[in-house]
Amino acid sequence: MSEPKQIPIWFFIGVLLSVYGVLIFVSGVVRWLHPPAVRTVMEHLHPAVWWGLLLSVIGGFYTARYRPGRRESGKKGKP
Amino acid sequence: MKTNRLLASALVFLASTGSASAADAPSRLLTLDPVDLTVIILYFAAVLGIGFYLKKYTATGEDFFMAGRKMTAWIAGLSFISANLSSLETMGWSAMAYQYGMLGAHAYLIGAIPAILFLAVFMMPFYYICRTHSVPGYLKLRFGEASRSLAGISFTVMTVLVCGVNMFAMAKVMQLILGWNIHFSIWVSSITVAVYVSLGGLLSAVFNEVLQFFLIWLGILLIPILGIIEAGGWTNMIAAINAANPGQNFTSLWSNLGSPADNPIGLHWTGMVFGLGLAISFGYWCTDFLQVQRVMAAKNLRSAQNGTVIGAVLKMAVPIIVTIPGLLGLAVLTQKAGITLVPESVAQATGGHSYNEVLPLMMSRYLGPGLLGLGITAMIAGFMSGMAGNVSAFATVWTYDVYRPLIRKNASDSHYVRMGRWCSVIGVFIAIGTAYAAMWFSNILVYLQVLVGFFIVPLFGVVILGMTWKRATPAAGFWGFLAGILAAIGQWIYIHLHSGGFDPVRLNPAHVEKIAFTPLAMDFAVNLYSALWSLLFCMAVTVVVSVFTRPKPVSELKNLVMGLTRLPDEGPCPWYRKPGFWAAVVLAALIAVNIMFW
Repeated sequence: MSEPKQIPIWFFIGVLLSVYGVLIFVSGVVRWLHPPAVRTVMEHLHPAVWWGLLLSVIGGFYTARYRPGRRESGKKGKP
Repeated sequence: MKTNRLLASALVFLASTGSASAADAPSRLLTLDPVDLTVIILYFAAVLGIGFYLKKYTATGEDFFMAGRKMTAWIAGLSFISANLSSLETMGWSAMAYQYGMLGAHAYLIGAIPAILFLAVFMMPFYYICRTHSVPGYLKLRFGEASRSLAGISFTVMTVLVCGVNMFAMAKVMQLILGWNIHFSIWVSSITVAVYVSLGGLLSAVFNEVLQFFLIWLGILLIPILGIIEAGGWTNMIAAINAANPGQNFTSLWSNLGSPADNPIGLHWTGMVFGLGLAISFGYWCTDFLQVQRVMAAKNLRSAQNGTVIGAVLKMAVPIIVTIPGLLGLAVLTQKAGITLVPESVAQATGGHSYNEVLPLMMSRYLGPGLLGLGITAMIAGFMSGMAGNVSAFATVWTYDVYRPLIRKNASDSHYVRMGRWCSVIGVFIAIGTAYAAMWFSNILVYLQVLVGFFIVPLFGVVILGMTWKRATPAAGFWGFLAGILAAIGQWIYIHLHSGGFDPVRLNPAHVEKIAFTPLAMDFAVNLYSALWSLLFCMAVTVVVSVFTRPKPVSELKNLVMGLTRLPDEGPCPWYRKPGFWAAVVLAALIAVNIMFW
């Protein structure tokens, strides 16, 4: 089990959340600038924009903190 | 006869959903934007990629079935709670909150936390120290082969049935929201799960469960946030629910449990405390191997215990994304959108929306493009993680507790790993056949509750006696367990027995009164009492048979029974890292939450 070093799960989570965050943020900005005819309830609060930003921040943190090259330093990427 | 009935139900269901989709297309179905589809496709690519990546780390049986026993406390805890936080859980308990109000949150409080803490502090040392691969494996060491085989076979049956209901629930959601063909959803998700679990075993399942934890929280959390804003705040939401349901108390945890007539479930507090809080909860959290397997895979005993306590904290937070959307359904969906939800059987007959659809409907109300894709991905991830959890537990128990002792005893480790990979695939496909059984039940969670009552509650009765009483004998372990299973199944048949014959959907109030002390008890309530009687009967039979049969010698009970087990020395540990300290903190928080929402 110790042969090849395993990439921590946190890194995969970080990458996926970052990509999702960017997609949702961009989608929210487009709908903010060009409001569609049919809107969801509470869309005037632009939840996609804020949620996309939140996902990007969380995802970016995990990606940077647990990227494979950085694992050997510090606490070996463990929580 | 039974098969024909099931087939007929399935056909009626398919026909009704098909026609309803066409007729109600504008109000029921959403069209995914390309961004939503991208989010969903990326998720499938990620889980398959992780499965292929992890294959090289699962060469031995210990790697494949126990993830190498190297999980940190956080990963073990997240996986422990995620395996339970499937979409079956989120959809089912949201439905329960819509149907029965805040009482549904007890599943996350008294119905979980004391049992999880008990597992962490008391039971985990036994599981961990005896180095067994599974809960049935513990039974083998403590009571012998017969008990292990019974537990192994009953558990594999249960996991396949639960896996099937996950598929059914997922197909329903996809059909409801997206108009996807029900078979398409089942097959795509099943094949994906079969691939990634057969490649990476428990390791793959655990990785995806941790990923799913993030997705499900981030995908659903916006619903309670936006819903409470729309309702005008928490106080206004509660006021709206109370105003719309005069004479019924949907918004208390305990004050409406003094009498069965005071709450929508028809339940007395004794049923909640002893039925849910003791029988169902301790059975599920302490002996359902699907749960226990996750923390048994921790790298040492302290991580296993702390991981379990972390799981308790996370579990207590789940009502935010489960109970609140159900309550919002009562406050917003019914009162502002004019949608009233009904039992599954009524929904099938009328083409309306069932209780089980409350969460998807709230999702469609608040989540626009991108967010909807994330919400749907969270649901898919939850379903697939629920399936994967069952499949990985099924593979372990089948291989170690059924195949190895009963079919092929002395094969090589690599042979058992191959068997594990194959039965991961086969388990998924058997589960497909059970998917439609869920339609018999007004609420998906009731189906799960019934299965836990049949197989897991009696298991707990035997395991807890085995751990605490060295006089419990091998024969008593087997007969007590079997008696508990038969008592549970017998009670379920009894409450569905009418003068015209057996009806798995309708309760017989006269028979219900014999079990739950009131004819008002709904299926959720009567199942709690039924579980309690099964547990007591199982323990009574175990004790009586023990008195008349020969116990194992004390030398064979080391590391299996309290008083004969020495905890390993894992080095010095500051007080703030001790599982007992954090268990006490969580228990205090549990009491505070119950008082706050009394």
